[in-house]
This record gives sequence, structure tokens and C-alpha cells, in this order.
Amino acid sequence: MPDAAGLELIAQELNDAHSGSVRGTYHEHGQACLIVEPDRVLDVLGWLRDTPGQEYRFLASLHGVDYLPATPRFGVVYELLNMPRVERLRVRAAVADPGGGELPEVPSVVSMFPTADFQEREVYDFFGIVFRDHPDLRRILMPEDYVGWPQRRDFPMGGEPVIFTRDEAETPGWYE
Amino acid sequence: MTGTPGLPRDLPARTEAEVIGTSPIERTAAEEALDLDLEHELMTINMGPHHPATHGVLRLLVSLQGEIVRDLKPVMGYVHTGIEKNCEDKSYWKAIPFVERMDYLSYHFNAQVFCGAVETLLDLEVPKRAEYLRVIHMELTRIQSHLIWLGTTALDLGAMSMFFYCFRDRDRIMDLFELSTGQRMHTRYVQVGGVHEDIPVGFAEKTLQFCREFPERVDQFEALLSKNEIFLNRTRRIGVVGRERLMDLGVTGPLLRAAGEPWDLRKVAPYSSYGDFEFAIPIGTIGDGWDRYRVRVQEMRESVRIVEQALEGLPEGPWIADDRKVVLPPRHELPTSMEALIHHFKIVTEGYRVPPGEAYYPVESPRGELGCFVLADGSAKPARVHMRDPSFVNLQSLRDMCVDGYIADLIQNLAMLDPILGGIDR
Repeated sequence: MPDAAGLELIAQELNDAHSGSVRGTYHEHGQACLIVEPDRVLDVLGWLRDTPGQEYRFLASLHGVDYLPATPRFGVVYELLNMPRVERLRVRAAVADPGGGELPEVPSVVSMFPTADFQEREVYDFFGIVFRDHPDLRRILMPEDYVGWPQRRDFPMGGEPVIFTRDEAETPGWYE
Repeated sequence: MTGTPGLPRDLPARTEAEVIGTSPIERTAAEEALDLDLEHELMTINMGPHHPATHGVLRLLVSLQGEIVRDLKPVMGYVHTGIEKNCEDKSYWKAIPFVERMDYLSYHFNAQVFCGAVETLLDLEVPKRAEYLRVIHMELTRIQSHLIWLGTTALDLGAMSMFFYCFRDRDRIMDLFELSTGQRMHTRYVQVGGVHEDIPVGFAEKTLQFCREFPERVDQFEALLSKNEIFLNRTRRIGVVGRERLMDLGVTGPLLRAAGEPWDLRKVAPYSSYGDFEFAIPIGTIGDGWDRYRVRVQEMRESVRIVEQALEGLPEGPWIADDRKVVLPPRHELPTSMEALIHHFKIVTEGYRVPPGEAYYPVESPRGELGCFVLADGSAKPARVHMRDPSFVNLQSLRDMCVDGYIADLIQNLAMLDPILGGIDR
């Protein structure tokens, strides 16, 4: 893990290379995180991967987070790893909710990290975050005809009706 | 639908026939590319979800040209149960049994990553004895997970008796878990702050006896398989994917080590007192099915060494942290201490609050890097729990392993991948 000073240095250098890409940083429990503009994710991850001295070449995990009621509401979290130095760095794209039934958009990093393929589909499936230029953006774990984004914090718990044969009288034709 | 010229009857051409799985959204790329080219007889078939060789409820959409796999697409989600979402509705200590049920063969690892992430957020120190007990249980879990893998893989390749031998030895580990935790699977042994209970009298002796006998059993497994001509022909130089490509695909664990990359989180970033033990990391050379087999079998031997060292060096002391705000008070204090009773009541009803923050905690599970991301919002329930499951990520490499190979090798590749669908679908 880069220490707090090292993290600020990375943020500074990133902002010099791609101005306005880093929105903030935090360093807690020994873990470092860069909060970045969602549209600059490709710039930031590309810089972190290819710049000598950084070389975070392994994307360990990619997942979505819903920070409701905070704004910006969503986060797409990239857990980067430098294998030779065994250093981890978290990059979080702070994604705003456009509201009004529109889905937030983030550029896909599949071209840079092929491992992101399934994981971006999972984030899309559960949070409704669209990954631009993803080769095959479909639901992955939920049924393809499912409506709604179940991991959002405002999606109700237990919202799925469990239908049994004995409920035939109440919901005729449930099996269709 | 028009008939194929030359056929005696007006039969629909095979490429135009309705094949299950060719709805507009479920088509493999190779099939689409070859769709207009009637010279090729490409047939897309479903393998699974209910196929014994898919090791769970995994559906594979396979495009075949004769016996050769030209393209492949995994379709999953059949056992998705929304565990991550359910954890958001449970207090931290009630979420532990939930996460244990994700990857049902490595339950101690699942509990360890979740508890590790929560301990990171709480800045909670875990006693040394608890760390050792966790390591003992995790390594025994690794052995039993690899035993199931070995048994089912050998079964897929036609070696029926291996399945029974492996399950017999796995049952001994289950018996050990029953002795120490009261449960055979999903033990809920790992708690935030330590482990649930100290090991009972006799556990150490029984486990050491198992450790003495087990390497001999591994010798017997190897005697059955390692020089078996059928097994060798089915595994050698099959499913080779390069080291760089595997790392691009995010593959970790025995699959990556079989390709020659000595990456093991127990060694490079020792968590939970792994730094105290001496063990080797087996690696392969080219990363074919044979290397994957050798790496996993050797890992069982190394796990035995770790368990032996941990039992011999087991430090005295408490097995759970002494933090009454997080850890349940000892049962014997409840009738006499009002304070203990209040703490007990508060933890059981509301749970404990975790200060806001987020943490990612990775461990080396039998299948690779198992990570847990926990977001705390200051309440007694996690705001987000995400498991980075190694099976889910590793499954992406299946296409690279199988394309342009025989369909029989697909079964071998899938078995060597060792996916656990409970972990993939969560």
C-alpha cells in the first residue's frame, strides 16, 4: 500500500498528467484510495498501469457501491495490484445518478483489463451502471428479463414474490 | 424456411434449424460470424445447467464444428440467491453464516475474509491463538476442498475409485470440524475478533494423527493417477493458457501457479500469522491440466505441514479478542454480571456498530484470491458487502482453454478450473 504521503504524490502526478482527473484521496486502515472523475477512468487506470514506478498491472477486483444518500451516489471501485511490490491501490470512480430513469455511464476498461468483462457485467446487472464500449453488456446473474437494479440501496429487500402452487387461486396463471 | 438443395425431402437446412440457445441474446460470436457461411456446419449446443460434469449449475453454450469447440460462452446465475444484498439487512455478526454459504467448499475462508474486513474497519486486534486456530481450520478446509476437486476431476476422466478414496479422507476432516465446532460444514467458527471456541481436548491429537497419515494417502492418490496412461493423455498439454494471458484475465490461485507464476497471498502478503510457518509454494511449468493437478496435490502436502506447525506452536491465551462491545461475553458471566448481560443483550439484539469506512481484505482461498469489500456507514449493518470470488473471475479463462480443442477436453478443462457455482452466483 502506498502510504498517505505517497498517495498524495500519486494524486499530484496524476493531476499533472491528466488535469482534473483526481477528485480526492483518502487513506484509512492502511488502505489507499483515489477518487476520480468517471469519464477519466481510462486515463487514470492507463497512467497507473503504464507509468514507470507505478505499474499497477493487475486488476484484482471491480465492484459497484451505492453510497445513497451521499452524492455522487454511485462508486465503481477498481482494486489495483502491483504484483512485484505487493502494493494495492483502490481507485473509485465517483458516478453521479442522472436521475429520471436514466442510467449512469462509465467507460469500460475491458480493453485494458480483460478480467473486467464479467465484473462490469455484474455491476451493470446489480446497479444499472452502463459501461460504455463494453463488448457484451448484458445481465449476468439475474434473469435477462429482470426489471430493476437489485443492489441499489433503494431497491426493497424481499421484493421478490415467492409463488407456490397453492397460490393458484390468488394469482391464476402464475406458471406462464 | 427453405430447404437445402440436393436433399431428397424438403428438410430445413441444419444451420437454419432452430437450436436451443440461439435466441438473439444468447449466441456466441463465432456462430454469428459463421452464420452466413453455409459451408460450415456449426452446431451450438447447451451443456448444462444440469450436467454432472459442470460441477454445479453452470450452463455452457458451446459452438461445435464436429468434435472441435470453436467458441464457448458460460451462462450462470442459476443459483444466485442475493447473498450480498441479504447481508445488507443483517447485523455484522449475523452476516457471517450467510457469507459462509457462498463458496460452499471453502467456508472458513469466506468467514475469514468477511471477519478480516470487519476487523480492519474496527481496528480490532485478534489474539495469536485465534490466528493459529483460524490457520488450522483454513488449511484443513483447503485440503478437503482439494480432495473434492481431485475426486470429481478424476471421476470426470473416468477414474471412479478416486472419488470414493477422496471422499473417505475428506470425511475425516469433516469429523475434525465436527469435533472442534459442532458442525461439519458452514461451521460459523470464525468470529469477528477471533474464533467461537477453543479447540476441545483430543482435537490436537486427532488432527496430528490425520496429518501423519494423510501424506501417505496422497502418495496413494498419486500412485493411482500420476502414471496412469489415460490420465496423462487426457491432461498433458491440454488447456494451456499463457501466464501473461492468465494474469490479464485476473486468474489467481493454483491455475496461475501451474503456469509458473509463484503468486500466493499466504507468502507474499502474510495475513493471519502465515508468516510464522514454513511452507513451499508449488508451481508448474506450462500450465496444462497435468500441472494444475500436480500443483493442487502438492498444495495438500504443504497444507498438512502448516497444520502440523500450527498445532505444535499453538500459543496459549485467549481465542477471541477481549472487546466487550464487539465480542459476546463468556457464557458463565451472564448469571452473575449485570454488565455482561447488558453487553450480551445489546450485541444479540442490535449488534455492534462499525465506524464508517470501507476496507478490502484478500486471502488465498483454494481457488485463488478471495477478497471481501465491506462498506460501513456507522450503523450495525454493513452498507455493502462484495465478495471477489475467485471462481467467478477464473471462469473467464475457460474460453481460452477450450477453443479449438476437443469437446472431451472441455470437460477436463472445466474440472481443472475447479469452479464452485455457489461462489460464482452468490
